[in-house]
Amino acid sequence: MTTPSTTSSRWRALTHHHLFWPVAVLVLLLLVNVPFTPDFFSVRMADGHLYGSLVSIVLFGSPLILVAVGMTLVIATGGIDLSVGAVVAITGALACSYISDRSDQGALSGVLLAMGLGLLAAVVCGLWNGFLVARMGIQPIIATLIIMVAGRGVAQLITDGQIITVNSEPYKLIGGGYWLTLPFSIFVVAAVVAVTVALTRRTALGLLVEAVGGNAEASRLVGIRSRRIKIMVYAFCALCAGIAGLMISSNTSAADGNNAGLWIELDAILAVVIGGTSLLGGRFSVGGTVVGALVIQTLTTTIYTIGVPTQTNLVFKAAVVIVVCLLQSPKFRAKVFGARFGAGSGARGSGKQAAAPADPAAASEAAPKMEVS
Amino acid sequence: MSATTQSPTASGSRTPSTAGRLLGDRRLPVAVTALLFLVMYGVGLSRYQNYGFGEPQVFLNLFIDNGYLLVAAVGVTFVILSGGIDLSVGSMIGFTTMFTAWLVERQGLPIVVVIPMALAVGAFGGFLMGYVIHNFEIQPFIVTLAGLFLFRGLCLVISKESISIGDASVSSMAQAQVSLGMGFLSIGAIVSLVVLAVAFYVLHYTRFGRRVYAIGGNEQSAMLMGLPQGGTKIAVYTVSGFCSALAGLLFTLYIQSGDPLHATGMELDAIAAVVIGGTLLTGGSGYVLGTLFGVLVLGLIKSIIQFEGTLSSWWTKIATGVLLCAFILVQRFMTTRKKT
Amino acid sequence: MAEPRPVLEMTGIVKEFPGVRALSDVDFRLFPGEIHALMGENGAGKSTLIKVLTGVYSLDGGTITLDGTAVRIGSPLEAQQAGISTVYQEVNLCPNLSVAENIFIGREPTRGGRIQWKRLRRRAAELVDRLGLDIDVSAPLSSYPLAVQQLVAIVRSLGTGEGAGGGEGPGTKVLILDEPTSSLDRDEVLRLFALMRRLRDEGVAILFVSHFLDQIYEVCDRMTVLRNGTLVGEHLVRDLDQVGLVQLMLGKAMGQLDELHEHQLHSGAGETLLQADGLGRTGGIAPFDLEIKKGEVIGLAGLLGSGRTELARLLFGADQPDSGKVTIGGEQVSMSAPNDAIDAGVAFCSENRKSEGLVPELTVRENIILALQASRGWTRPIPAAQRDELVAKYIKALDIRPADPEARVGRLSGGNQQKVLLARWLITSPKLLILDEPTRGIDIGAKAEIQKLVVSLSEDGMSVLYIAAELEEVLRLSHTIGVLRDRRLVARIANGPEITTSRILETIASGEHQ
Repeated sequence: MTTPSTTSSRWRALTHHHLFWPVAVLVLLLLVNVPFTPDFFSVRMADGHLYGSLVSIVLFGSPLILVAVGMTLVIATGGIDLSVGAVVAITGALACSYISDRSDQGALSGVLLAMGLGLLAAVVCGLWNGFLVARMGIQPIIATLIIMVAGRGVAQLITDGQIITVNSEPYKLIGGGYWLTLPFSIFVVAAVVAVTVALTRRTALGLLVEAVGGNAEASRLVGIRSRRIKIMVYAFCALCAGIAGLMISSNTSAADGNNAGLWIELDAILAVVIGGTSLLGGRFSVGGTVVGALVIQTLTTTIYTIGVPTQTNLVFKAAVVIVVCLLQSPKFRAKVFGARFGAGSGARGSGKQAAAPADPAAASEAAPKMEVS
Repeated sequence: MSATTQSPTASGSRTPSTAGRLLGDRRLPVAVTALLFLVMYGVGLSRYQNYGFGEPQVFLNLFIDNGYLLVAAVGVTFVILSGGIDLSVGSMIGFTTMFTAWLVERQGLPIVVVIPMALAVGAFGGFLMGYVIHNFEIQPFIVTLAGLFLFRGLCLVISKESISIGDASVSSMAQAQVSLGMGFLSIGAIVSLVVLAVAFYVLHYTRFGRRVYAIGGNEQSAMLMGLPQGGTKIAVYTVSGFCSALAGLLFTLYIQSGDPLHATGMELDAIAAVVIGGTLLTGGSGYVLGTLFGVLVLGLIKSIIQFEGTLSSWWTKIATGVLLCAFILVQRFMTTRKKT
Repeated sequence: MAEPRPVLEMTGIVKEFPGVRALSDVDFRLFPGEIHALMGENGAGKSTLIKVLTGVYSLDGGTITLDGTAVRIGSPLEAQQAGISTVYQEVNLCPNLSVAENIFIGREPTRGGRIQWKRLRRRAAELVDRLGLDIDVSAPLSSYPLAVQQLVAIVRSLGTGEGAGGGEGPGTKVLILDEPTSSLDRDEVLRLFALMRRLRDEGVAILFVSHFLDQIYEVCDRMTVLRNGTLVGEHLVRDLDQVGLVQLMLGKAMGQLDELHEHQLHSGAGETLLQADGLGRTGGIAPFDLEIKKGEVIGLAGLLGSGRTELARLLFGADQPDSGKVTIGGEQVSMSAPNDAIDAGVAFCSENRKSEGLVPELTVRENIILALQASRGWTRPIPAAQRDELVAKYIKALDIRPADPEARVGRLSGGNQQKVLLARWLITSPKLLILDEPTRGIDIGAKAEIQKLVVSLSEDGMSVLYIAAELEEVLRLSHTIGVLRDRRLVARIANGPEITTSRILETIASGEHQ
């Protein structure tokens, strides 16, 4: 074969990698910053802490990454969890109100207990969601709507409608502290991501989750205990949201039942979708989700650095949602880039991103394909 | 190979049993919600009789205070009946309040010109979302989520600050009262009831309305039956956009200001009202009349909490969540019963 | 039959897909007032031809003439407007709407834009009455069984020609029934046939697709046979006997089947593996007793809907029994979920490969190891080396193509998908393998391979419960034949030279075994 064709096939392999588009968008967004902030990529050391735009993107994006990683697994089972924002609020509220009731807010044991209490509440929420979805067979979007609606009320109930502020050094560490020159929350995120990847790919959990999301009835008949897996996944998602809740309240040293984690469920779902996991379930990519969450955070930072008024943030976010979804839609690609490209990308090997909207059509297309084979 | 000699056998009765029919009747959830409303109202009467709960005006206030929610929920009913979902409702309402306030106060346009403009913008926004959902086969959840971001963002683009409306014609409209003998209704309440009536007619007496049910029942079938399912879907989101904008106008009248944070999360209230009103979130089954009762139940919760006095406002959310949960479980129970 | 002008004539039809010529130069005609069977094995081009005719696919060559005028059919809607209606195997109606509405939706009688409900219901009732059906048109469609829904679908397709204002339009000239009988029981089939004959007598041309040869001979007047996308012939049904038809359909592939036919069954007497006592489920299958010996192949014979699948699902715990117990290898198994059966060494390949078997997005490898992995639990993944070796072994043994463990299983052909499912269960080394219609919808070569595999598995001591629609297939493979009728297990017959398909048929028909 001639050289150009091998390069093109390599290029094709690269562009068809499931992380290609998310990473490309992220890199592009980062590069946009350079003309406005020439030292965008530089990282400085001050007071033994590293500073720089890249560090702050990861720092501010930490809660979102956490929530999105948990959400990825839920979405992979074919579900969705709308309650994570409320769980963030409940966890923060519970932990902060517990700490603020202590006489010595700085006591490590008290802080650990408070965090444990918050995370326990989060897991209970997750178990409830999992129970409704897996045991009662209620659609996930509806089942999790309940805590989404009621959860904020509960959080306000805990804080008595006030914003509870705490003054606790150990508690400050998770969301606002530094360790080994880096923000401590980066280590938390790294640990959670590592645990998630290990949990799903080192064990068979990932495969079973993808099977359950890919074909629920087939999974049941193959003996997968899908109820157990679903409950576990919702609990895990809530746990991630709980950690994010601790992080957010720790960062501001305050618990706000009304506004903590507001809309984070939507950002998280968005991050998952940008990361290339189909909302219909099945194949998932934790790495993609992390990149997706970073894209969202970078977007916020970029809007800030290029001097666009910050209130347009939401408009840009809307634009990104539309663009990403349109790019993932095989129908759009077929219409815009011509039938050839559309068909080629629809039929490509991995085709994960394309799989989502194409699947309903695949059912009706299956017959003729069998017929001609 | 099949045997040709087999004798025909009786295989189940052809007509459904009366009991099954009663349980499977799609009007049952509406009746349950109506009953719940009456019971709650009765409880309110017995507890707060001395505080004036029995006044007819307290009842009419439910319509006055929740007219905008009713209009928004009616729009959402269309979308949910068709098997979709619209998350952009709250943002659209917020945007309409900002848009209206800005045009009236900052640009000095008369409200009669602004009203059609706002409605057109809302309908067009809904149309765009429907267009993307249908033509590019992207899930409604995601597209309307983008709508949520977009319209909330546009609010902030107009102004970060709240704009209060001092326009005389607006305040006279807002304060206009229509006497009903035992009490009065506001213009907003009247408009919302008209919207309800129109929606009922459209859903039950026009081909468009029946197509909405058909698509919600089975979209694939609707397509194969030759129904213009794409147009219907786009229309449904246009209706929802229009209703949200109208709800936004009513909200503007009700609150007499535009604020970028108005109606945050109201899509949840609207969806909750629709579900409590007995409409299946999977689409194809439900009544717009149920949505009215759903809105009234939510409104009544607020009233009761006000009358109770000692309860804080967040109990509204908790109570809504609990009700939502109860109704979802009841729906679940009913649909499984129907299958077996 | 006098030869009037055909209502529909398709000449020189060509349809190509990337890399495949699905139809080449096919002629097809349809006369008014006949029931015409379209015959062919999978891959013959039946559904492609129907899809071309109904506007789902565009033509790559050839012409379609309807009532003497050339037409272009661009969409299903255009086909309907031209008077060509289709009823598919799956009922494409809206279960949430009433019967009357389903018949008329999209063309409801209106006045000033307002639907006239009374008139709609009256006309629906008239239409249903005229066709001799006993259906309450105001009841929701979902309150009726599938068979009745199918009749409603036909009624709907007939009303298509009627104009919006209520005036009678051109009406349905051509009615296509694509495998309508697959999920109907005998009684329901008879009702359908009665309706078809009535419509034929009214002058409608009916194109009928069915895999049941007996049904073809029972109801059809004429047939067109396709093979590999080409026309093999058009015959009057009375001029072509079943043997002749099968030969036309199969071509030279007949020999392959004969070869297997002569295979000698070894005697399957061994110790008892599974014993079911009084196992039953209301609405599924009446309580039955069944003993399965080690290494025995038990074939289930019975009509579709006779309870074959229901019996198999109970033995696997896919449905929960209301009564009875199951003992496997001397120990009672609770059978409350598939896991219980799997743990006891039972494996089940569903007849619905796509909806109940494969996870189409996952790779061949992942699909193959799924059952084994599920039984190990998520905490104990199969080591990569062992996994790859197992997968490679079974891809080779079953000749799965492409032999690429990374291929997405959704892209494989039907036969290869079936082999993946087999491999999935074989690597769990089950004691009892339940195969529900493993050869349905796959090509003849793969069919023979799967049947050979069953024989060799049984020789190695594995018990197999084999379900197939074709009695010959059951007879050829089984040591013992369980006969089902009307959701009851009516007989258990030891296979032998004296057992023939007609004996089995008699048993199915009479419900007794002499």
